[in-house]
Amino acid sequence: MRSKFFPFILILIFIIIFLFFYKGLSNYNIYTPNINVEKDIPLFSANLFESNVEVNSKEFFDPKKLYLLNIWSSWCVPCRDEHALLMDLSKNKNITLIGLNYKDRPDNAKNFLNELGNPYSQILVDETGTKAIEWGAFGVPETFLIYKNKVIKKYIGPLNQQLLVEIKSLIK
Amino acid sequence: MLSSTIGYYSLILGLCSSIIIFYFSIINYQDKILDTKILSFTFLQLFFVIISFLSLVLSFINSDFSNETVFNNSHTTKPLFYKISGTWGNHEGSLLLWQLVLTLFIFIFLLKSDNQSKQYRILTLLFQEIIIIGFFIFIIKTSNPFNYIYPIPKQGLGLNPILQDPALAIHPPILYVGYVGSSIIFSSVLAATILNIISREWASHIKKWVLVSWIFLSLGILFGSIWAYYELGWGGFWFWDPVENVSLMPWLALTALLHCIIVLEKKIVLTSWVVILSITTFTLSMCGTFLVRSGILNSVHSFANDPERGLYILIFLFSLIFLSIFIYFFFHKQNIKNNNNFFWLSKETSILINNWFMMYFLSVVLIGTIYPIFLEVISSQKISVGPPFYHKLIIPFLFPFLLAMAIGPNLKWVKSNMENKVNLILFFVLSIFVSGFVLKNLDQKFLINTVLLSSAFYLFFITIRDLFTKNFKNFSQNVAHFGFSLLILSILLNNFFSSEIIINLKVGESFENNKTKIIFNDIVQNKQKNYVSIIGNFTVENFDGKIDNLKPELRIYNQPNIITSEADIKTSFLSDKFMVMNSVQNQEYFNIRYQVKPFMIWIWISVVLICFGGLISFFKKKNEK
Repeated sequence: MRSKFFPFILILIFIIIFLFFYKGLSNYNIYTPNINVEKDIPLFSANLFESNVEVNSKEFFDPKKLYLLNIWSSWCVPCRDEHALLMDLSKNKNITLIGLNYKDRPDNAKNFLNELGNPYSQILVDETGTKAIEWGAFGVPETFLIYKNKVIKKYIGPLNQQLLVEIKSLIK
Repeated sequence: MLSSTIGYYSLILGLCSSIIIFYFSIINYQDKILDTKILSFTFLQLFFVIISFLSLVLSFINSDFSNETVFNNSHTTKPLFYKISGTWGNHEGSLLLWQLVLTLFIFIFLLKSDNQSKQYRILTLLFQEIIIIGFFIFIIKTSNPFNYIYPIPKQGLGLNPILQDPALAIHPPILYVGYVGSSIIFSSVLAATILNIISREWASHIKKWVLVSWIFLSLGILFGSIWAYYELGWGGFWFWDPVENVSLMPWLALTALLHCIIVLEKKIVLTSWVVILSITTFTLSMCGTFLVRSGILNSVHSFANDPERGLYILIFLFSLIFLSIFIYFFFHKQNIKNNNNFFWLSKETSILINNWFMMYFLSVVLIGTIYPIFLEVISSQKISVGPPFYHKLIIPFLFPFLLAMAIGPNLKWVKSNMENKVNLILFFVLSIFVSGFVLKNLDQKFLINTVLLSSAFYLFFITIRDLFTKNFKNFSQNVAHFGFSLLILSILLNNFFSSEIIINLKVGESFENNKTKIIFNDIVQNKQKNYVSIIGNFTVENFDGKIDNLKPELRIYNQPNIITSEADIKTSFLSDKFMVMNSVQNQEYFNIRYQVKPFMIWIWISVVLICFGGLISFFKKKNEK
């Protein structure tokens, strides 16, 4: 009696496993970024890189504009890689690039920008690394797309050509 | 450019010959003798895949960047050796290698199986061709290694530097031989089930294939761990990473299968075990390919994240599973009359016990590997199952497992009574004393560690005794079991007695505790072909007056821009001294990790011994009674 149903039960189990795997496939899975999507930007205050003026995040981000916040550091090798892409992106008028300088020395950061160019319209300073934590960043570089005071997209690790195309299509 | 074209069209021709073989096999099925055309086309199929593979290798050697695979994974400044190994260091190329081994194996199978019945050979070929055609379509449709890029880039993107390592260059081919060997076992078992010819003769015929894939799978896992130990710089050799697990699972199933086949060679029992384990082994190998290639897991191995590929393998895998379930339930007949004469104290029972242990370990690893995926699907929660999970679930069962492994081989077939029990008990008492003595300075978890270590020592002593007292009867099994006991013993001792120092130092500074003194002498920078190397020079003085010079290295690769740390390891028969350094943000300081890891080399040696045992069994002419 048991053996008659057994194959069907087995097949059923495998179908369920199949469905799980199938579902799992559609989850985008490189170091799991999309969790923070559509989340409000964190409240924090930070100093500006050049003027050392303290700004508040709620006043700093204009809800009508599209922002790209990039966490970077002069000691971070992948940041160097993605820098050219950021420079390219900074030519685009529809998006404002904000840098968050992470655990860096001001001199090194300045040298870095002098050498490779400055794509950011404003740079915030995060000397202790606490602001990056507020943003929910795991490391450098990380990039956030912000619109209406919400994080609409988050990229962990250096940007590449493919992601740049994606960002550009989002801007439109 | 030319070689890409040749490669691509030979792939298509290969697919054509597979379809022709499939067609001929169906026509030829009812005939008395094997059609020679089938053999020729099988050779042709192999030939086309070889041509295709060689043209990819050639594109890599010539750095032909009009080929997308080469562009993505190679660079002109790479040494020749890594250009060649780059061929299978990526998704597309590794699939081509997989296909190469598949076609090679079915060809060898046809040549070597003359003495088997014709129908069986044809059916095995049919199943194998289903797999081969499936993979041909997979390669051509979703992961063609010969895609063009235009305009032709001047330079490639380079091979991930952590993959530029000799152990890793040979790791994939060897592992693939193991995986693919299991596909032959799979097809052959399905054929034998349909024809109902699972017999002692069949068992000794398929045993060779089981041994081949078992040896290669073991070696493949070994090279993978050696690579992890030397290259990843975490100072361990097994991390229960999902991708490692994925190679361990077929190994566990295959080990159980090997033992069942040995029983089946003597008498017709455990046939269901053999069929199910063969199917499981191959399914797990395929499942491994799926998990690694679909990007469903995050790991050093996941090359590409293309859901289309994952979906294809998933559907293919499950079609094969359903096919085998159908064949198993429809055709398989239990030999009921033979099942009753199991005496509780016999070799058969001990092998059955071994199987259940293997199944238990297998399910632990399986759950640990796929549970996070399932959980994420249900609740989009991310969990990661780490070593504590596996340790908690496996270690308690290791104790009875090792005991059973020590006693089992000393039992006789069919029925035995313990003649030498005194002897066995004496050895057990001895091992408790030895392990108590070894662990006397260890304060934490003394009891459980002693129990564990004594069972390991017990197996160790018993296998040594068997090596000398059994006059080389069953020598292969003795060597393999001895290797295994050595493996467990070295792993345990390594775990108990490893020590570690982590400090930040700058040049000229030194660190001292009651056992060791580490002096950071200086730092040397020089430029290599494809990276800049920074070598730190350290002197380590031990409390017993021994002085070692360790030179860990940081490599800054230019293409792609990645920093890797190369550990410096001083190996001796008793322990490894392992040092890695990492740069710290504010430049002057380096993070130094110094570890003393006892018996490291014995872990590698013991796995080689295990494989050697398998090799002896492979070359043994006829099994002794």
